[in-house]
Amino acid sequence: MEKNKKGLFDKAIIKQAIIDSFTKMNPKLLMKNPVIFMVAIGALLSSFLFVESLVRGYYSGFNLQIILWLWFTVLFANFAEAVAEGRGKAQSDSLKNARTTTTGRKLQGNKEVIVSAIDLRVGDVVVCETGDVIPADGEVIEGIASVDESAITGESAPVIRESGGDRSAVTGGTKVISDKIVIKITTNPGDTFLDRMISLVESATRKKTPNEIALSILLSGLSIIFLLVVITLRIFIDFYQPYSKIPSSEFASITILVALLVCLIPTTIGGLLSAIGISGMDRLMSHNVIATSGRAVEAAGDIDVLLLDKTGTITLGNRMASEFYPADGVSQERIGDAAQLSSLSDETPEGRSIVILAKEKYGLRGRDISELEAHFIPFTAQTKMSGVDIHPENGGEKRIIRKGSAAAIKDYVISAGGKFDDKIQQRVNDISKSGSTPLVVAENYEALGVIELKDVVKGGIKERFAQLRRMGIRTVMITGDNPLTATAIAAEAGVDEFIAEAKPEDKLKKIRDEQAKGYMIGMIGDGTNDAPALAQADVGIAMNSGTQAAREAGNMVDLDSNPTKLIEVVEVGKQLLMTRGALTTFSIANDVAKYFAIIPAITAGLFAQSMNKGPLSALNLMHLASPQSAVLSAVIFNAIIIIMLVPLALKGVKYRPTGASVILRRNLLIYGFGGLLVPFIGIKIIDVILTALGLV
Amino acid sequence: MFKFNDILQILAFFALLTLLSPLIGWYINLVFNRESRLPAFLTKIENYLIGFFKIDATAEMDWKTYCFSVLIFNFIGIVFLVLIQAFQQYLPLNPQKLPNVEIFLAINTAISFVTNTNWQSYAGETTLSYFVQMIGLTVQNFVSAATGIAVLFALTRGIVTRQGKSLGNFWNDLVKSVLYVLLPIAILFSVVIIGQGVVQTFTSYADVTTLEGAKQTIPLGPAASQIAIKQIGTNGGGFFNANSAFPFENPTPLTNFLYVLFLILIPSGLIFTYGKMVKSSKHAWMIYCVMLFLLAFGFFVSYASECSTNNVFHASGLMEGKETRFGVMNSVLYSTTTTAASNGSVNAMHSSLSPMAGFVAMTNMMLGEIIFGGVGSGLYGMIIFIILTVFIAGLMIGRTPEYLGKKIESFEVKWSILAVLAPSFVILVFSSIALITKSGTSSMLNSGPHGFSEVLYTFASAAGNNGSAFAGLNANTAFYNIMIGLGMLIGRYGVIVPILAIAGSLVKKKITPLSAGSLTTDNFIFSVLLFGIIIIVGALTFFPALSLGPLIEQLLMNSGVSF
Amino acid sequence: MKNIWLSSLKALLLLTIITGVIYPLFITVIAKTMFYEKADGSIVYKDGKAVGSALIGQKFTSDKYFWSRPSAIDYNPLPSGGSNLGPTSKALLDTVNTRRKIFINRNNMNANAIVPNDALFASGSGVDPDITPASAYLEVTRIAKARNFNDNQKAALADLIKNQTECPQFGFLGEEKINVLSLNIELDKIK
Repeated sequence: MEKNKKGLFDKAIIKQAIIDSFTKMNPKLLMKNPVIFMVAIGALLSSFLFVESLVRGYYSGFNLQIILWLWFTVLFANFAEAVAEGRGKAQSDSLKNARTTTTGRKLQGNKEVIVSAIDLRVGDVVVCETGDVIPADGEVIEGIASVDESAITGESAPVIRESGGDRSAVTGGTKVISDKIVIKITTNPGDTFLDRMISLVESATRKKTPNEIALSILLSGLSIIFLLVVITLRIFIDFYQPYSKIPSSEFASITILVALLVCLIPTTIGGLLSAIGISGMDRLMSHNVIATSGRAVEAAGDIDVLLLDKTGTITLGNRMASEFYPADGVSQERIGDAAQLSSLSDETPEGRSIVILAKEKYGLRGRDISELEAHFIPFTAQTKMSGVDIHPENGGEKRIIRKGSAAAIKDYVISAGGKFDDKIQQRVNDISKSGSTPLVVAENYEALGVIELKDVVKGGIKERFAQLRRMGIRTVMITGDNPLTATAIAAEAGVDEFIAEAKPEDKLKKIRDEQAKGYMIGMIGDGTNDAPALAQADVGIAMNSGTQAAREAGNMVDLDSNPTKLIEVVEVGKQLLMTRGALTTFSIANDVAKYFAIIPAITAGLFAQSMNKGPLSALNLMHLASPQSAVLSAVIFNAIIIIMLVPLALKGVKYRPTGASVILRRNLLIYGFGGLLVPFIGIKIIDVILTALGLV
Repeated sequence: MFKFNDILQILAFFALLTLLSPLIGWYINLVFNRESRLPAFLTKIENYLIGFFKIDATAEMDWKTYCFSVLIFNFIGIVFLVLIQAFQQYLPLNPQKLPNVEIFLAINTAISFVTNTNWQSYAGETTLSYFVQMIGLTVQNFVSAATGIAVLFALTRGIVTRQGKSLGNFWNDLVKSVLYVLLPIAILFSVVIIGQGVVQTFTSYADVTTLEGAKQTIPLGPAASQIAIKQIGTNGGGFFNANSAFPFENPTPLTNFLYVLFLILIPSGLIFTYGKMVKSSKHAWMIYCVMLFLLAFGFFVSYASECSTNNVFHASGLMEGKETRFGVMNSVLYSTTTTAASNGSVNAMHSSLSPMAGFVAMTNMMLGEIIFGGVGSGLYGMIIFIILTVFIAGLMIGRTPEYLGKKIESFEVKWSILAVLAPSFVILVFSSIALITKSGTSSMLNSGPHGFSEVLYTFASAAGNNGSAFAGLNANTAFYNIMIGLGMLIGRYGVIVPILAIAGSLVKKKITPLSAGSLTTDNFIFSVLLFGIIIIVGALTFFPALSLGPLIEQLLMNSGVSF
Repeated sequence: MKNIWLSSLKALLLLTIITGVIYPLFITVIAKTMFYEKADGSIVYKDGKAVGSALIGQKFTSDKYFWSRPSAIDYNPLPSGGSNLGPTSKALLDTVNTRRKIFINRNNMNANAIVPNDALFASGSGVDPDITPASAYLEVTRIAKARNFNDNQKAALADLIKNQTECPQFGFLGEEKINVLSLNIELDKIK
């Protein structure tokens, strides 16, 4: 699918966003963002005053310019939001189409009725056959089918969905490409994963997250303080009227005061706040993760402990043969040969890995099974062995080869009167201790040696865990292995803790224990028995391939069913908060320079001997050309910086997995001190340009 | 330009402060959290007193109960204080036969002492009887400081308690603060200062015939006992009108040195008590260092400004409003610390200080009295700023903000903002009202920017519960008594109520253990951010006002303009 | 809630008794036993008559005495206080200029001579008991002339200022100063 590759600014999106910037002028929509709403009111007030003075025959080009830039400020903030929405929408639009046009074959008694997807309710049962689009989220209750989920995952390979077990959940909008399944609908329209995903990127229905609410309160509080500052400033200046040659209504006019207010209130972060939130969801979606709430994404940034299943997450999931250890007097080739023969028709990953190892190590090629006139003995739960019997009719060598667990082979060999070498036993123990699995090979009731099956830890996983540790996140591995094996794997993968011989309820208990200590827990699960743990965890990510129960219990679904995805989710969560924090700091730090631009401009006339050269002109650190150009430059800078920061809001502040202090130092340096300096430079540049163009 | 002697004194001050603060902090922690280690007879006396009055000092209080207890106790204090002033003529211990106090003045004074502001619209010598000074003012000097300590501890319990409900018991905190912390120090302090010449007597004023044969009446009174507590409890309300400039109130450089030190010592010590309670002495040192830096910086600006030339008078180190025995350095050290620490007593007339020294004094108050600040109130005010800093820093590192393991969420942010907003509102809006009304401007003594500063200073002092003044302003009018009274109430309870609400919310929360991903609040980088937030929030709010007051006056003074 | 009102009343009563009655009385008792004179105002007696307090400055206008610092309250501490005039006050500037003129004229100084700040600016309390040695020395000629001092007496006067000068407390606290009342009482003793 294309969606991950869309550039930051797609032409179509920009076009739509520009249109939306104007439609968002609707007061009802503006009201949702108190800071920007305040700007709009100020702009409206100054516009009104401007028109009123026009009627009285007075025209001020300076006021007009300020008013225009005030409106631009509102538009730019709207634009930022619209762009973010547009990008989110681009991702969800195709899905949305799928949702509205699909129909389902609803079962009523024995009859099938064609109904629109919108009319399906929880508990309805529908049938889907090859070529049908599944109308809504549900659970397979009958049959097995391969399903193309590329519409939501972008993954073209079809997946198997079947009734019962852990792969029974299907998502609306995906397509059945073979066979027939009966599905019980589990969500109402407007409540499916698709719907939630769409709503998260469309601000209309987007709920603010707790941190966003807290930040909005902070920003509103600051805005109120600045409102007080600006209103009282006029009164203070009026007190000085006797000491000034020009009336205060001129150099501290309502329009200029509105300009000051707009510059002071945190418009930068206020204007970008919703864009940041939307694009956070958007980034999450580009990792193919759907969150059921923004809260969950933020919580992901807070995770202290990560619970991970060993199989499939930390290890590749299959054990691989890594070494042959022959018994005394047995050659390497012989054991390799026997092991390979016994595994030729063993289609398990372990079996295949033995064949490959023998080939790589001793150049033993796989042989044609039919030529060998061999009879394969499959693995059974009773014998715990598998193997091959070769009875060449031409009178060749007769070979009976078995491989299996040490205990099984030992019984098998000894009961047939053979001997089981102590050294083999020793080797078996060593291999167990190192965390691998030993398999013993015997031929004609003689133990030839041991094959070491290693649990292969995924490449790069150790580094990822080290990253997590630097971020302050502890990893806990859950495994059904015995403690010995678990210790070895834990050491190799670099997890901080493990729970060996874990039963499903151990996960829940571990989560509760850690939560009682005050930690935030993230976990990934897929099976039905994971549901309680997923629900208990602060952030529970369900595999899309998992059961409906698991998907309902978690607060995120990973469409790729990739268990290491949690790391990305954590990063997205952190990035979301960091971007807000960084831009807030930047926004507030900006005010210092704006003060040094506007306060001397407003107060320049006080105690002035010559025009505009009162004592407070000393505060004009930037040596701006005139009071008018100072005010205008500050307002223009304030508006433009919103647009300039849109890419940052959309991409998010760069995140590096390091400790909190390092991140704080870095962001403080860039956005704090940067925020202090940048406007000094920016306002000065604008001032120079304005003066050169003769606009003031 | 700086005298060697001055540098010696300032170094002695900072060294002693740094040395003694942890000790005081250790002692207060002992009193509140290691009761078993107190001498048995003391606890017996305490228990006997509490038992005798049947005060329930054990019940656990949630934040609302605690808050109502504070408010009602303070309300009763105000009512009682108004009554004894309004009827002092009929009460004993009034050797000068002073008349009943006018009602608005009485209300203003009552609010002033209950809120730990100790703004004085009255002149002690000519307005209040010994009875009112003792039974009314001295008592409130103790309990208003104790209230501050109690609220601070309620907040601290909110921070350290894991998923609980109780913030402790107000009566217990109140009585303990008075009996074990304030009273012992006040007694020792009284004895030392009487030894230096502070008066403590019940005889009437002394009439003398001067060497040149003129008559002079010398005011006396039980001053030392009240002065001791007004210095250590960040109260600052002088027994005499000229406050610590009056020789009977502050007779020697030694008393002056001790006053400066002790007016800041309990607020400073409480930082270390807090550190012990939250089990992070590093965090306490971080707070101490930020406060100390702000104090030292302010002092340096004031001192440098006093030492530079005044172009109106063509002189430096003006002695107007200053006492010979203290000199310039001790006067600005006092003015900086007394405004930083919400004490408000003065040893020189602030109105006559150089504009930038006045700038620093006002800024200290406008920042919310958090540079050491009032007893208890300084630290809880600082914690408001820490919460805001933690919130922004938390976001910047990508985690839901946490302070000492407690999550800072919208509820805490909301109330913190309110606590910052309340005093700012008083300063800006009340000053504006005064500037546009006749009753406001007619009280000004100085004209030009200095008159403006008088009004601004007044409301900064009221809102910060400081109590010092640009005393040229005649504040004893109905208008100012009411406005200042209101300002003091908002400045005090507009912070206390949010603090207790925050405590009530925090107490219910889990404590997240520290990890490499959590924000550390005890390192250099955090202190830089905290410093930045304090300065920026303060500066952004008050920069316009300050530039139209002391700043413009300084600039005009530089060019020799007078008004 | 009713409980809180009652507890508040009781707590206020308890603490009033302790801090408003017992505490000041206790301190008074200590004061009267340990520092009787100081606690009662350090009153100075001359020939058995109270002539002032060692800590409270008084008005001296005669040429025969050292002058106290200027006072915004004319040395009447009911109530005490300063001028509260600001650093850009024209009123203060005028007052200071007048004081300078008077000081220079009566002390027979050069018209452009520098007068120490403490002799020009009013004190904070209005009853500052001290002046700086610098301004005291400037008054010597005037006093000697007014009192018709011979050379011996003039030398004694110079010695007197030296003896009466108090160094900073413990060598570093505060400023060098001279108590005017004490200085003038000793001055009267020069025969």
